[in-house]
Amino acid sequence: MSIDKDTAAKVAKLARIKVEEQELDALAGEFNAILGFIEQLNELDVENVEPMTSVTPMRLKRREDIVTDGDQQDKVLANAPDAREGFFAVPKVVE
Amino acid sequence: MSDLNTLTIAAARDALRAAETTSVELTEACLTQIDAADALGAFVHKTPELALERARAADERIKAGDAPDMCGIPVGIKDLFCTEGVASQAGSKILQGFLPQYESTVSGQLKSAGAVMLGKLNMDEFAMGSSNETSVYGNAVNPWRSGNSDAALTPGGSSGGSASAVSADLCLGATGTDTGGSIRQPAAFTGIVGLKPTYGRCSRWGIVAFASSLDQAGPMTKTVRDAAIMGRAMMGHDPKDSTSADLPVPDFEAMLTGDIKGKVIGIPKEYRMDGMPDEIETLWTQGREMLADAGAVIRDISLPHTKYALPAYYVVAPAEASSNLARYDGVRFGHRAQLSQGDGITEMYEKTRAEGFGPEVKRRVMIGTYVLSAGFYDAYYNRARKVRALIKKDFEDVFADGIDAILTPATPSAAFELGKEHTDPVEMYLNDVFTVTVNLAGLPGIALPTGLDRQGLPLGLQLIGRPWEEGDLLNTAYALEQAAGFVAKPAKWW
Repeated sequence: MSIDKDTAAKVAKLARIKVEEQELDALAGEFNAILGFIEQLNELDVENVEPMTSVTPMRLKRREDIVTDGDQQDKVLANAPDAREGFFAVPKVVE
Repeated sequence: MSDLNTLTIAAARDALRAAETTSVELTEACLTQIDAADALGAFVHKTPELALERARAADERIKAGDAPDMCGIPVGIKDLFCTEGVASQAGSKILQGFLPQYESTVSGQLKSAGAVMLGKLNMDEFAMGSSNETSVYGNAVNPWRSGNSDAALTPGGSSGGSASAVSADLCLGATGTDTGGSIRQPAAFTGIVGLKPTYGRCSRWGIVAFASSLDQAGPMTKTVRDAAIMGRAMMGHDPKDSTSADLPVPDFEAMLTGDIKGKVIGIPKEYRMDGMPDEIETLWTQGREMLADAGAVIRDISLPHTKYALPAYYVVAPAEASSNLARYDGVRFGHRAQLSQGDGITEMYEKTRAEGFGPEVKRRVMIGTYVLSAGFYDAYYNRARKVRALIKKDFEDVFADGIDAILTPATPSAAFELGKEHTDPVEMYLNDVFTVTVNLAGLPGIALPTGLDRQGLPLGLQLIGRPWEEGDLLNTAYALEQAAGFVAKPAKWW
């Protein structure tokens, strides 16, 4: 499996990271080096192996379905690059 | 008392309780050393006023009696831990200016125990790296130098600043985190002790997430005893982390008897790698002999899926990272790119993340995005999770056969030079070849220094224990530490 420039561009788009056109070839090369390394996993027969879903088999704890925090708008917004009137501000989303 | 900064945690605790020194004196000694050690690049946010304030409070508490072990002990905190009101950037530009409004559970537990935070420590960006070279702050530097060379060496990564600071006696202990070896590899490179507890021992709450099913915090200290003391203060159940284990944390220090008679130590044949330097091979043999001399039973074992651990890790970790790092979007915290006329929200995300993330983080986020994308999920991600199950089973099988702990080298080499060209990202990944299996299986592991190479650089061995049995693991490490008698310190050049 080899990643070409178009695939690299598509992955960058999916990851929401802007990559300049002239950097795409190098990026595709790096992806191929890493994926080539990962290919080793195909040597193993994993038929009938259950994928690991939990590091330690444990039942998740349950708690009362009650409000335990909140009412801290100022703290939530304290680190926002742009906060106005109690909201996070972003560029226009809908026309 | 002189050179207070060079004390172990245990010695400082005893001196504090005997009123032979004060936390303020200890803290001042460390702050002086920190200010003279900028060349090491270890402390990236210093908090001297906060430290002295906490030291004074600790002294009051000690005077009143009944202070916990960590009370008054000056420590450094890895930049990955959110600390209330103190910059916490995870070594990344994208979190520039971020001031957490809350304290991580682990640093909070240390704080409640009276430990004194001296500042925040350098690390690879988002803990992604093995040399501390991906940090936005610049490199952390190893206090050790090779032979007569004055070339700067890596302290390892990602907890490079923590390792450098403890090794250079800038603090008595430091927190680290370990996703693939990020506590144990830097500990080995700098001649200190690094413990990665069982997955679920330390709460992950408030620690900037990299790969949530692998991340685990732990202590980095000068001795095994100190790891027992500081580790105990960091562990414990936390309802705010659903994977946190609701199990009692024993008094690990009380378990350090040094008696390992009859303990069965496994030597996995798959850890003998092609091209491994003889010095590492010799170190490993010596470690085996030391444990045998102490009365342990040495047994050759097989962990057949070892060679697949790194490739499985490089699917699982980037996949989880791509998901975890989706939150850095320029909306709620950290950096937001300057936008051009007509840019919409997608351009804001793309530009912010392109400017805010460094090359290694971008690479891993994109690899993670790829292996999780439609059509590849089964071929990569699900296959890696199955391989992970096989790796975990390898360990379960040997433990079921009566193995108490496993002895391996900690790293495939001693510390290497900073700034070497790395054309292939995979080359750097090989640093974690001996440590990454432990994260995939969620086991406790400890690295400790047991020798020097021909150039006078420290080399470490790793012990891997059964889940939740850190006490037993620490005791085996303690016996090995006693036998190895490692006392070398780096010559001060900074």
